Amino acid sequence: MQEQVGIHVYESEHEATSTGLPSTKLAMWLFLASDVLLFGALITSYVVYRGRSVVGPYPNDVFDIPYTSVSSFVLLASSLTMVLALAAIQRGDLGRMRLWLLATALLGMTFVGGQVYEFTTFYEEGLSLTTNVFGTTFYVLTGFHGAHVTIGILMLLTLFTLSFGGKVGQKDAMSVELVGLYWHFVDIVWIVIFTVVYLIPTGP
Amino acid sequence: MEPADTVQATEHEVRTTTPHRGRWARHPSPKEYIRIAIVLALVTAAEVAVYYIEGVADFLIPLLFLFAVIKFSLVAMWFMHLRFDSRTYARFFVLGIAGAVTLYIAVLLMFRTFAT
Repeated sequence: MQEQVGIHVYESEHEATSTGLPSTKLAMWLFLASDVLLFGALITSYVVYRGRSVVGPYPNDVFDIPYTSVSSFVLLASSLTMVLALAAIQRGDLGRMRLWLLATALLGMTFVGGQVYEFTTFYEEGLSLTTNVFGTTFYVLTGFHGAHVTIGILMLLTLFTLSFGGKVGQKDAMSVELVGLYWHFVDIVWIVIFTVVYLIPTGP
Repeated sequence: MEPADTVQATEHEVRTTTPHRGRWARHPSPKEYIRIAIVLALVTAAEVAVYYIEGVADFLIPLLFLFAVIKFSLVAMWFMHLRFDSRTYARFFVLGIAGAVTLYIAVLLMFRTFAT
């Protein structure tokens, strides 16, 4: 027997627009498109300077692939908890939404904490922002990504907190969806970074 | 009687309206999200595994790119709902990706030009 569920029709409540689409969601996609260009430039810089360092440490000296793989799993898991939070608020299940939002934020914090630990370890092994072009391009690229994750965590915690004051309910599912879009975006950027920076082998 | 702002849908047909000309857009159910997440985890595991397998060294880079494209597409299409929402959102996103790829190719060509 199929379970019947009531789904809130939240997108129909936006003001009439010339595109027929909610302006906030369109603006978020426009922002994400511009952010693709930012990360495109940073990834391009990393690739262009790949293997051009004349002094170490080199990528193979510092990277810990098993450790970074776990971080990648953590960020992927946070994307799952994020969509579960969205599905919960679309059903009007405020309690589950809070649970999944908090889980997403905690997974995000775990990822950022892991990145801080990684940066500290690399620094102790002699790789600073100014050691070589690898250090410069690596820290700027992954640092910008980490900053994006941190901003995402703040958004998630804001939603979580506001939900207790009655300011995030079923009718505000669009707000959760917008934060979710941003969160998934930082996840797909990491998918590219993990492959291009960590997994593709490089010489000195 | 159903509240005015809810619709009936099966668990596997969770529906939310898009305001796009009154069409219905289907968002995945939690079970579908979990299935996608499992696939993502498996692809990531495969990605890390091929990194350590010496036998695929010649095909490592194409394989890694393939895995990355699969993961990227799954998250964008299902978790970001590009598969279900208005195509206008997808056009914006693809425009950004096209710009980034153009930038990448232009810079790469420029550096090779100056290097020779």
